[in-house]
Amino acid sequence: MTEWKKRDLLDLQHLEKEEIELILETAKSFRQVSARDVKKVPALRGKTVALLFYEPSTRTRVSFELAAKRLSADVINIASNSSSSSKGESILDTALNLEAMNVDLIVVRHPSSGVPDVLSRHLKAAVINAGDGCREHPTQALLDIFTVKEKLGKIAGLNVTIVGDILHSRVARSNIWGFKKLGANVTVCGPATLMPRCVKDLGVEVSYDLESSMKKSDCLIVLRLQKERQQDSFLPSLREYAKLFGVSQSKLDKASQDLLIMHPGPTNRGVEIGADVADGCQSVILEQVTNGVAIRMAVLYLLLGTKGVN
Amino acid sequence: MTPTNKILDQENIRRAMMRIAHEIVEKNKGIDSLCLVGIRTRGAVLAERLSACIKAIEGKTVPVGILDITLYRDDLSMVAQQPVVHETLIDFDISDKKIILVDDVLFTGRTIRAALDALIDLGRPATIQLAVLIDRGHRELPIRADYVGKNIPTSLDENVKVVLSESDSKDDEVVVIKREQK
Amino acid sequence: MGLIIKNAVIVNADKMHTKPQNILLEKGEITKIAADIPVGNHKVIDAAGKLVFPGLIDLHVHLRQPGREDKETVETGSRSAAKGGFTSIMCMPNTTPVIDNAMIVEGIIKEAKRVGLVNVYPVGAITRGQNGKELTDMAELKAAGCKALSDDGKCVESSQIMRLALEYAKMIELLLIQHCQDHCLTGSGVMNEGYNSMVLGIKGDPGIAETVIVARDIELAHYLKTKVHLAHMSLKRSVELIRFAKSQGIQVTAEACPHHFTLTDDAVKSFDTSTKVNPPLRTAEDVAAIREGLKDGTIDCIVTDHAPHTKEDKETGFDNAPFGMIGLETSVGLTMTELVHKKVLTLQQMADRMSAAPARVAGLERKGKIVEGYDADVTIIDPDKEWEVKVEDFWSKSKNSPFIGTKLKGRVEVTICGGKITYQA
Repeated sequence: MTEWKKRDLLDLQHLEKEEIELILETAKSFRQVSARDVKKVPALRGKTVALLFYEPSTRTRVSFELAAKRLSADVINIASNSSSSSKGESILDTALNLEAMNVDLIVVRHPSSGVPDVLSRHLKAAVINAGDGCREHPTQALLDIFTVKEKLGKIAGLNVTIVGDILHSRVARSNIWGFKKLGANVTVCGPATLMPRCVKDLGVEVSYDLESSMKKSDCLIVLRLQKERQQDSFLPSLREYAKLFGVSQSKLDKASQDLLIMHPGPTNRGVEIGADVADGCQSVILEQVTNGVAIRMAVLYLLLGTKGVN
Repeated sequence: MTPTNKILDQENIRRAMMRIAHEIVEKNKGIDSLCLVGIRTRGAVLAERLSACIKAIEGKTVPVGILDITLYRDDLSMVAQQPVVHETLIDFDISDKKIILVDDVLFTGRTIRAALDALIDLGRPATIQLAVLIDRGHRELPIRADYVGKNIPTSLDENVKVVLSESDSKDDEVVVIKREQK
Repeated sequence: MGLIIKNAVIVNADKMHTKPQNILLEKGEITKIAADIPVGNHKVIDAAGKLVFPGLIDLHVHLRQPGREDKETVETGSRSAAKGGFTSIMCMPNTTPVIDNAMIVEGIIKEAKRVGLVNVYPVGAITRGQNGKELTDMAELKAAGCKALSDDGKCVESSQIMRLALEYAKMIELLLIQHCQDHCLTGSGVMNEGYNSMVLGIKGDPGIAETVIVARDIELAHYLKTKVHLAHMSLKRSVELIRFAKSQGIQVTAEACPHHFTLTDDAVKSFDTSTKVNPPLRTAEDVAAIREGLKDGTIDCIVTDHAPHTKEDKETGFDNAPFGMIGLETSVGLTMTELVHKKVLTLQQMADRMSAAPARVAGLERKGKIVEGYDADVTIIDPDKEWEVKVEDFWSKSKNSPFIGTKLKGRVEVTICGGKITYQA
């Protein structure tokens, strides 16, 4: 197996296939830890992890926090409303201050693309991108890939469809890079107004017909639709969106019974996904959440074990 | 060429395993509540072999588990590269069981320390006993083995190499290799 | 006592004097050009081995005064301009307050005269406070010294207001400069919309935001039979539209910036906020078209769109950083390196795009040419001098340049404005 050499996890665009596979393989062991009575191993004893979230997030932040704690690292949480950002301190300042207090790793989420890259350029501490702007959300894609691989046994050759607001989705971008690198065929589906102009240049197929895409797919990743998109006229109405691109039970009934339904959460039930679909037997949404902790443990473990640089 | 010295061959290893199996059965007065847990990678192979030996003696199968101790190592912050983590495969509850922990070579005792911590995080065994193929001395922790295939006095500039057909795709043997002087 | 430039190889847009001349500058005027002028008690500059251009003119500069003197002032901007080889600059009105009345115009001109390094022509706003709704007192602005008006930084979006502004400006013979950008189409876009914006997850600013206004204003100029000048063109499609308009005899002129003929949106991959500029860096195809447009004269002028910003303002996420980069001190180096040495432009064409054409477009009298009777504005350039852009060498108050670390060939050696040496390397 390949060795982990990178100091940071900033995106999947620049990861090698073998590096992705190493993370997936490592995550297997960590899923066991979370399933035990004693959900803790001493691997990162004495390390300090800072969670620097400039966007509201519950599940990603909690997932990282649990992952770090289950590895025995100490965790500090800095949310944008409680940090000095409101006092005009720049994020780089905040990060440098954390580093001055010997924080080993910084997990950062920021509404502006590229902030994790800029931090990594200025810091000696390792940086994990927990979502930057519309660019990438690498750990989400890794846990999605992990879940599919656990369920279907492989990635290569699978047909994966991502449905929703592709234009604004960092989850979509990371998943496109990740699944493509591992040999899956990726289709993106959504309204033309929420599709990047050059999306085909990513090597994906574009569909405006969810039903027919579902019929051809092994796995469907449903993206959350931000309700502001309707106010900004990207959509005529949420009702019409649900009709065309919402994953309803009736659409699901026409697809294969083995089609996996995934969603990064939190779901807008009745908009992009029906409640019966989200809770149904083809949905693996909660397993994604479980696997998220394992993936983040694997990433923390690998990054904090290397002294290499990007 | 580094000087090597073959200590055990295939036959020696087979006999040592059979003897240890007998000792385990005798000391534990049968195989009730007995479980074997091998430490990855070669300890796991030896645990399987012990299980087979015990079956030959008692006619019943003793459950075998595989323990990965990577996450419990005490040198994680010192190594340059994070060691690859593998899964722990123990599909039985170890609580109140008599656990025979199996490894190939007992040296500083640090691996066993890690394994004890790892086991105890999985449950509360009634007892933990230790079986090793080779005890080469140089303990750095107060740990001793209950069952030993062979005691080999070594110096610190020597390596003990255990080769097992299942894990190494070569015939079984144990050799002592003199490390090259720097 | 005057100033003599000896051994001067003069590069005028219409003629290159291959035989070195002596140029005598007296009382702010070029008084004599001859093979040999007696030194007398004149001061002498030897231009042997160098090229003598008419003083360079930049129609598009942001001096930030009044309002953001932490970024640039008339004084620091003048120093930066002199170092970049410029003898005349026009400064844009998007200051705080906006340059929309005679008093502010006069104030800037007075301050520029006090500094005395470069001729500064303030560009007044087209609409009050750049609100896009009410016209400024254009005649009064012209009388105060404005050579052109613009709402630069913002587009005059209302077609009706732009029509009225052009009609009124035509009556008083004043040039209007349009910042071509449909802000509705740009939305919150901060880089060129395309492959890179998609991959980087940065909101895209589509090229059509520029071209729809280019096309509209060409139509307005055609309909009203008047002039319009289009600022900082960045797209192949814009060049094509302007080429078509010129072929139809429509009185449209245009300008382009060094960063738009050197950099593509690949530069944004670094997330370096100094690459964030409006209009954004485009594609390689667009860069090639801008070069072609400069070569065939579709694009009349090279301007810098010098836009200083403090480190504090730029040191933030890409989305939040202000648009713009400084350019006065790298313009000659980039033009020489990327256009002249690569045979896109001849030296004479460079003299045209950086001096004669801007003087003609803005109607600056007795400027843009080295002939007797013209103003004593001269820029001496060493075409082969190699140098590296270094942050500590900038004279601008701000350092937001994506070219730091770039090696260039061709450097300003001496700048003379009104017969006075304003910069010497």
